[in-house]
Amino acid sequence: MESKSFTTGNRDNPNTDLHGSKNMMASHFLRALFRIQQTSTSSSSFAGRSRRIRRAAYASMAYSAGARRAWSRALLRKLRSRARLRFPRRLSRTARPQRRDMDQAQVLRKLVPGGPSMDYCKLLEETADYIRCLTTQVRLMQTVMDSISSYAHHPMIP
Amino acid sequence: IGPPSPCPLPSLPSPTLGSPIKREQKRIREAAVAIKIMSGSGRRITDEEINELVSKLQSLLPESRRRNTGRASASKLLKETCSYIKSLHREVDGLSDRLSGLMATMDSNSPQADIIRSLLRS
Repeated sequence: MESKSFTTGNRDNPNTDLHGSKNMMASHFLRALFRIQQTSTSSSSFAGRSRRIRRAAYASMAYSAGARRAWSRALLRKLRSRARLRFPRRLSRTARPQRRDMDQAQVLRKLVPGGPSMDYCKLLEETADYIRCLTTQVRLMQTVMDSISSYAHHPMIP
Repeated sequence: IGPPSPCPLPSLPSPTLGSPIKREQKRIREAAVAIKIMSGSGRRITDEEINELVSKLQSLLPESRRRNTGRASASKLLKETCSYIKSLHREVDGLSDRLSGLMATMDSNSPQADIIRSLLRS
């Protein structure tokens, strides 16, 4: 994915303040990454650092949406309770296939933060916003990845 | 995706496809009716609104996933949406791992740290 894809505008919904919240997401995430990097020692575990980065990703998503959305409010509550970010679960192996007659709306409720307390209509609205935010966060992380790793392969010689 | 059709619910596959789909149809119909009856805010949520929301969700799916769902099945679309969200969660996990690996090679004075600093400023 091209690194410039993060900074281009979102065609889907010109009405939301996407540019503002993208900047907020980026600055929050980068600051968190920087902090993690500063406080990370040679004895820090890879898994522990990875968990902190993952947590920072969801935190910057939630902060960028703020209190405007039910999913971000639910996510912020979860983060502030300092509980281990068990949601969403890390899928370490392939998930069991769903029963064919399981209600898909119920499955969706488990995936979207705050889902269980939403009615069907609200669930659809919140899901759309959650997906937009997730894809933005993924693109941000890819951009950071590309920047850092391309530097590693082409170091500047002073 | 065209404008919402005048029929009350998103059109679903033909009845010959078997009972699980009929059960899904029934469930979606019941959910829509339940929402209309029980919506606490007093706002009447119309079928058109639900159609539109489902349509909007479909537009958020990447091209390859959109091909799997025609205009036909709302339940299929929800299933594809769930699958898409799970794959996005996995991507976040994977990118976190990779970033963690990259950061292991950085120290606080390395030029890569400067990159993060400069990305912050821009």
